[in-house]
Amino acid sequence: MGEMIRVRHLKKYFDTPAGKLHAVDDVNFTINEGETLGVVGESGCGKSTLGRVLIRLLDPTDGEVLYKGQDISKSTRKESRDLRRDMQIIFQDPFSSLNPRMTVSQLIGDPLKAYRIYKTKNERTERTLELMDTVGLARRFADSYPHELDGGRRQRIGIARALSLNPRFIVCDEPVSALDVSIQAQVLNLLQDLQEAQGLTYMFITHDLSVVKHISNDILVMYTGTMVEKCSSDDLFELPLHPYTKGLLSAIPIPSLEQKRTRVVMRGEISSPIEPKPGCRFMPRCPYATEICRTQFPQYEEILPNHFVSCHNVREINKL
Amino acid sequence: MLRFTKKQRQTYEAELLKTTRSKSRFSDVMGRLAKSKLGMVGLAIVVVLVILVIFAPLFTKYDYAAQDYSNRFQYPSMQHIMGTDDYGRDIWARMLYGGRISLLVAVIAVAISMVSGIVLGAVTGYFGGKVDIIICRILDILMAIPALLLAIVISAALGTGVVNTALAVSIGTIPGAARIVRSTVMTIKDQEYVEAAKATGSNNARTIFVHILPNTLPTLIVDSTLRIGGCILGIFGLSFIGLGVQPPTPEWGSILNVGRQYIRTFWPMTVYPSLMIALVMFGFNLLGDGLRDALDPKLKN
Repeated sequence: MGEMIRVRHLKKYFDTPAGKLHAVDDVNFTINEGETLGVVGESGCGKSTLGRVLIRLLDPTDGEVLYKGQDISKSTRKESRDLRRDMQIIFQDPFSSLNPRMTVSQLIGDPLKAYRIYKTKNERTERTLELMDTVGLARRFADSYPHELDGGRRQRIGIARALSLNPRFIVCDEPVSALDVSIQAQVLNLLQDLQEAQGLTYMFITHDLSVVKHISNDILVMYTGTMVEKCSSDDLFELPLHPYTKGLLSAIPIPSLEQKRTRVVMRGEISSPIEPKPGCRFMPRCPYATEICRTQFPQYEEILPNHFVSCHNVREINKL
Repeated sequence: MLRFTKKQRQTYEAELLKTTRSKSRFSDVMGRLAKSKLGMVGLAIVVVLVILVIFAPLFTKYDYAAQDYSNRFQYPSMQHIMGTDDYGRDIWARMLYGGRISLLVAVIAVAISMVSGIVLGAVTGYFGGKVDIIICRILDILMAIPALLLAIVISAALGTGVVNTALAVSIGTIPGAARIVRSTVMTIKDQEYVEAAKATGSNNARTIFVHILPNTLPTLIVDSTLRIGGCILGIFGLSFIGLGVQPPTPEWGSILNVGRQYIRTFWPMTVYPSLMIALVMFGFNLLGDGLRDALDPKLKN
């Protein structure tokens, strides 16, 4: 399958009173059509900003986003409006991402209205009801207000809204983290079914490693705006190479009494993303840090086939 | 095992559909307004007053301008239920016809103030930046002048009359309206659903009108019903000092002004206009509170 998204040296800085906040700093990756890229990282590491820059809800400070070979990071307003039909987003919070004054059918039909896709109201209503069927939302809720529904149903509204324009690529910004565990599984399965049925490409942002394992082909690990490691989902859980990823994975609780394992405990706090010091961002917490980590930003290298890591000492640490 | 036939399933689905809302948005809001007792009292006061002043000739047999010197300063009686004034004119008739002017001017004034407030507030709150700074400073300058003084200056410059009085009163209230809209818009524009609207292709105008402004409605409606009270007071103030509607056209403020001269000896000329003013303010305030609750779909019960 072909390449859908290619991101090159993408940067997004925010101006704050204390200086430039490096929310996304030099990120590179590709997503193939029909696949899912999982993006994991701690809160505040720039995952959501990355997703928003990708679909041009935010303008990048520097770098390129190529969608099917076309650079969309510098497109005009009209071009990016056309692109929005192909690229959609599902939001984290199904409470605040739905306009409280609109009924379910108004919410789902809103994108159709904004793009004037259908000439008559009946056609639009028909399409709205079809979308409700697609996401498993009973038609009798068409005139309900979102606050009358539970979290899972609300998230289905958000999914239906994102699907209404027949997008090819969807950024899922922690779509299940605000839901109960039982409903999480339902929504994840729905997203996977939709991907199979419509050949969608996802970028799946989450901080939940079990979710990301369940749904992703590739996984990108982020740390304070930088990318740390990117490889296939299986490789990441089998053979994490970066010290941060190792620590992250060893923090997953295993529900077993017999199994004892050594945990890599990370000390210290995340360094501030505002005007960061030169060198590796993870250096202050890294048990393997050397002098070069203090002065040089690590390059992003393909250490093993399709396994990218940015760490100066990755070969020594993993004895490769 | 229980299985539905196709027919059974269709009837079941039809049953389910029945449970959904079939009423329109408007009747929905009115239904909820009906549940609030105070809101209904306010609505009743406003409706009764509007009917009284619109159909004034039906409720009095007197001409508001007919003078009768043999019947000056009559206290309320069966002939004149509110008595007569210093020219022997029926006060009840003057109240009814005077209310026409007062309410009309108030509605025009509120309309001017709300429309310009919404436009200015939405533009400054939504776009921010230089536009925001420039418009807000101009509004600050307007705000620095006391509203009544501003109204006096404007009506002195434009002259008297219904539209001019409305304009004079409303300009002083535009900064307040714009600021309320601006602050509400600023809170709402950072909500995720506004971001979602942008992501699904809403342009700026659509985002403002479809997604942001409807959510400012509760604040705006309460504010504008309170503002009607303020505008009416402003109009009374102007008429009271002789800059509003000119005699012989009756107006509550000007009646009050004339009555002030006789306040020690003849009470009906001050008490009745004051009561009407208080009643109007009371009615609009109650209605405003009731509407705010009714317009919020989250406050169901």
